[in-house]
Amino acid sequence: MAGEARDLMNKENVCIRIDGVRKVFNGRNGEMVALNGVDLDIHDNEFICVVGPSGCGKSTLLNIIAGLLEPTEGKVYCNGKEVTGTGTERGVVFQQYALFPWLTVKKNVMFALEMRGVKGKEAETEAMKYLEMVDLAKFADHYPKELSGGMKQRVAIARAYAAEPQVLLMDEPFGALDAQTRTQLQTELLETWQKKKKTCFFITHDVDEAIILAQKVIIMSARPGRIKRIVDINIPYPRTQETKMTPEFIELKNEIWGQVYQEYLEVRK
Amino acid sequence: MDKRNSKSGLADRIPGKVWLLLSFLAALLLWWVLSIIPATSRAFPNMFKVLGSISTMITRGVLWKDISSSLISVFSGYVLGFVIALPVAILMAWYKPVRFIIEPWIQFIRNIPPLAYVPLIVIAAGVGRKPQIIVITIACFLTMCVTIYQGVINVDETLIKAARVLGATDKDIFIRVIAPATLPFILTAIRLGASVALTTLIAAESTGATAGLGMRIRSLNNSFEPAPMLLYIIIIGILGITIEKLIKTAERRLTSWQEKREI
Repeated sequence: MAGEARDLMNKENVCIRIDGVRKVFNGRNGEMVALNGVDLDIHDNEFICVVGPSGCGKSTLLNIIAGLLEPTEGKVYCNGKEVTGTGTERGVVFQQYALFPWLTVKKNVMFALEMRGVKGKEAETEAMKYLEMVDLAKFADHYPKELSGGMKQRVAIARAYAAEPQVLLMDEPFGALDAQTRTQLQTELLETWQKKKKTCFFITHDVDEAIILAQKVIIMSARPGRIKRIVDINIPYPRTQETKMTPEFIELKNEIWGQVYQEYLEVRK
Repeated sequence: MDKRNSKSGLADRIPGKVWLLLSFLAALLLWWVLSIIPATSRAFPNMFKVLGSISTMITRGVLWKDISSSLISVFSGYVLGFVIALPVAILMAWYKPVRFIIEPWIQFIRNIPPLAYVPLIVIAAGVGRKPQIIVITIACFLTMCVTIYQGVINVDETLIKAARVLGATDKDIFIRVIAPATLPFILTAIRLGASVALTTLIAAESTGATAGLGMRIRSLNNSFEPAPMLLYIIIIGILGITIEKLIKTAERRLTSWQEKREI
């Protein structure tokens, strides 16, 4: 009933709707409820960050939205259509980069274009555009093994953009990077997001990262994962690393960190 | 070139080719010592006798025949083994029932020395070229199948997921992800298979062969001619190392994108 009302209100700009999603894994130690009753609307061009303790089901939720996992109960809709598998309108950036090691940087990006039906020379020129976007055109003919972690992730982002998805799902993409590279990539990601508007669903365990990037931070509770709170981040863009010194940032950080910390304690019990 | 500690300074400064020469000379020295010690001199005749036996075997008209006969058996068995191993390994990796039924037997037979089941093959297939090829095929198949299978099941799951979210179909995933990701394992299988093919040669040629390096070693043993025997043993070694070098070169070319290289 409430769902119907929401439908009428936001029909145009709800891009992803998560409706009563529950996920149960059957392990050796019996059933494990990873997610329980998750409802969420993601609007077009929104930047959402999800934070929560490890094991709260953040990644599970992302995989369900991506169509890589099936929910035990509930449904996910993308543009009003039920998600039953992967789809090119939902791109994913993985923490482990997931670049094809046997393809050069350019060919990795071309892979995405070719899957969309762009072929040959056209795919090549298009790929170069996306590599310029992440400032890696010089490395077009290098193999992934020759790049640093940060560069690999930039290629992965370029490849994800090249598929022209409507939503970009990012699973702790900067989690394996050092602090400096991470801040740099945060800034770059924000610039790209502002230039080429896109819906972003970004998972992190770093509260600073969540606040600097997102318009909305979603705090998830410890297992079974539920949405505990949604905090609006009303800091105007463009945000820079100096934003982290402002009182409003610090206040938000205290608030969100406090909530997340409670959940950490919950996990340790 | 591998760089270990700074301690091995001298070892690093001498070029690899010189080391190879030194190693070769050391082996010749050892051989010479063995050829003068009474206890070993009968098994290790001195190198001039062994070199001389080249012309003996040529005059007898068997040297080239033996080499070509063995190479034909090795090559046929090896290619057949690979042609069977590739699809079986892929099926095993994809379909669990196939894996559960076949894998235990592959492991079981792999641990039996081929020499043990050669008589059965001769009973079934008779003597001649056929049983030789069958023995080598079986040995190559077992080794290559296990290696390729490991490669297919070890394909990084995230790469498949990444391809899938980019819109790849099952066919795309097979051709553009699983095949290249498995290639290093296939090449390793090809290399291991070649060495298995050669080491199985003696067993394969104990099937009543009329020519062949392995068969000749046995017959020279009966007529007690250690010099040509040693020559034939060295020929097998040279063939082995040449084939391995060729495959390694191909491997390096085809999988230069790899992060690590297996030994």
